[in-house]
Amino acid sequence: MAVKFSDESLKKFEAIVARYPQKNAAMLPVLYLAQQEFGYISPEVMEYVSQIMDVPVARVLGVVTFYTMFNTKPIGRHHIQVCRTLPCALAGAERITGAIKEKLKIGLGETTPDGRFTLSEVECLASCGTAPMMQVNDDYYENLTEKNVGELLDRLK
Amino acid sequence: MEKILLRNIDAPDSQTLEGYRACGGYRALEKVLREMTPEKLIDEVKASGLRGRGGAGFPTGMKWSFVPKDNPKPKYVVCNADESEPGTFKDRLLIEKDPHAIVEGTIIAAYAIRSHTSFIYIRGEMFYGAQVLQRALDEAAGAGYLGKNVLGSGYDIDLILHRGAGAYICGEETGLLSSLEGGKGWPKIKPPFPATHGLFGCPTVVNNVETLAALPWIITEGAARYAAIGTEKSKGTKLFCVSGHVKKPGVYEVDMGYPFKKFLEEDCGGMANGRKLKGVIPGGASMPVLRADELDGITMDYESFQAAGTLLGSGGVIVMDESTCMVRAAWNLSRFFAHESCGQCSPCREGCHWIEKILNRVEHGAGKPGDLEKILSVSGNIGGNTICPFGDAASWPPAAFIKKYRGEFDEHIAAGKCTIH
Ligand SMILES: Cc1cc2nc3c(=O)[nH]c(=O)nc-3n(C[C@H](O)[C@H](O)[C@H](O)COP(=O)(O)O)c2cc1C
Ligand code: SF4
Ligand code: FES
Repeated sequence: MAVKFSDESLKKFEAIVARYPQKNAAMLPVLYLAQQEFGYISPEVMEYVSQIMDVPVARVLGVVTFYTMFNTKPIGRHHIQVCRTLPCALAGAERITGAIKEKLKIGLGETTPDGRFTLSEVECLASCGTAPMMQVNDDYYENLTEKNVGELLDRLK
Repeated sequence: MEKILLRNIDAPDSQTLEGYRACGGYRALEKVLREMTPEKLIDEVKASGLRGRGGAGFPTGMKWSFVPKDNPKPKYVVCNADESEPGTFKDRLLIEKDPHAIVEGTIIAAYAIRSHTSFIYIRGEMFYGAQVLQRALDEAAGAGYLGKNVLGSGYDIDLILHRGAGAYICGEETGLLSSLEGGKGWPKIKPPFPATHGLFGCPTVVNNVETLAALPWIITEGAARYAAIGTEKSKGTKLFCVSGHVKKPGVYEVDMGYPFKKFLEEDCGGMANGRKLKGVIPGGASMPVLRADELDGITMDYESFQAAGTLLGSGGVIVMDESTCMVRAAWNLSRFFAHESCGQCSPCREGCHWIEKILNRVEHGAGKPGDLEKILSVSGNIGGNTICPFGDAASWPPAAFIKKYRGEFDEHIAAGKCTIH
């Protein structure tokens, strides 16, 4: 099936491109829009973005894989990203990751069989004063403990 | 100590236009547009002594003055809101609590270099911050502080919020510009500098969030008042982000020149859990660590940290107590740098991974004699041999940890296991 933006996304696409002095600069917002519409950036989506942005597919591939926030594979509904960098590590980030692994019975980079959660570790999210912390999709969860992290996950359906 | 940067954050509705105006917001912009030429504005900022808060401490007024006036190309200001240096979380606080100060400061900077389109580049993960900033931009446009003919002055300025997508290197100014141009965040060789060849090849100024947020106060209260705070060469106040094993982690605003030990012991409440201090990284993860016995007499300003063999950097103070394994800490940071190297320069790309691998095995009981010398040698071969300063930043921490806690590293190798945990 050919990939194509919905009419609504197409309107957004045109507005984004019009906002910038040069079309190329709209690449990241356009990829965000694509990820929102298609769930992840498959090779077909890259092909489509390359057409509408008038750039070679190789350039789109290079950009998509350079940044951590574009997913090239399907992921769970809730993407758990535990910060692992030093300030969070000093506050016990490894124990938080351990508690999540145990609770969800998945390892890093894995998704629960019901497609509800994907677990990753990420680098510093500029929240080190309230460590340990994690980001789930767009939201930050700070001052985590082994106990409260389990309760938080229970609430994410 | 007077609060300049954190003056609004506890005020009710500090993030709304109404709340900001109630604290005197946008008066600086009015003053600039009514009373000051760009030249006069640049002179005022030079006189304040304000230096860039993104890490390098470059004088802000001077940076603006490098933008050629007669160049017919468009000129751009980019507010650097990519904040990703481990241990640093001050910009995020300003973004979420005082977004209008950033917007006002960015407009003032744009006026100084006669820019009519400028950008705020915010790191992709800060989704909430981007929403707060976008709301502030919309409010500012609605009130006539942005757009055509701002406050009837004839000056036009459009400000675009742009989200990154997850890459530390996009905080480096030329990497940021590559990213904003729609590509990978690959840094570019300098010279040419962004002041003449920046975004889309046009004259560009990149300034940190904290730098720009200081401008409204400097304009309304006057450069002389700002310059009266701090030390001879480090003027004004600075935000420090404290994390790790202290009782009261958080963001603190201190006058430049404040005693570092007093800051840790009194302002931050001292060490948590009654343990002893083992070491502290004073300026974000890229900066060399200091041992507890090295802190005497250090004051919190660019010159004093430099004299102590480290740098003030972004102001990210990471505090480690005696229970911390320094091999593990060094490995943790080397893993960060290995993950974040953009891969353009082979010394950085290969070297960062090599160091990470060796530190990993030393921490996990498989260290070999000669490993530490190898790390020091690899580290010495990265610094100075790369396109951007990331190479230096990545090579300093492991070398500093080994130099300052050598015994602990040797013990790990001799014992064939972690000797701390
Ligand atoms: C590896 C690296 C990462 C950086 N990250 C940031 C950052 O996240 N935010 C920032 O403002 N400056 C960062 N900088 C500094 C910028 O390159 C630039 O000097 C700064 O944004 C200029 O603003 P200022 O003059 O107001 O300090 C980084 C530099 C390097 C080498
Ligand atoms: S020093 Fe490292 S991060 Fe900087 S350009 Fe070279 S490879 Fe990229
Ligand atoms: S180290 Fe985890 S948020 Fe900074």
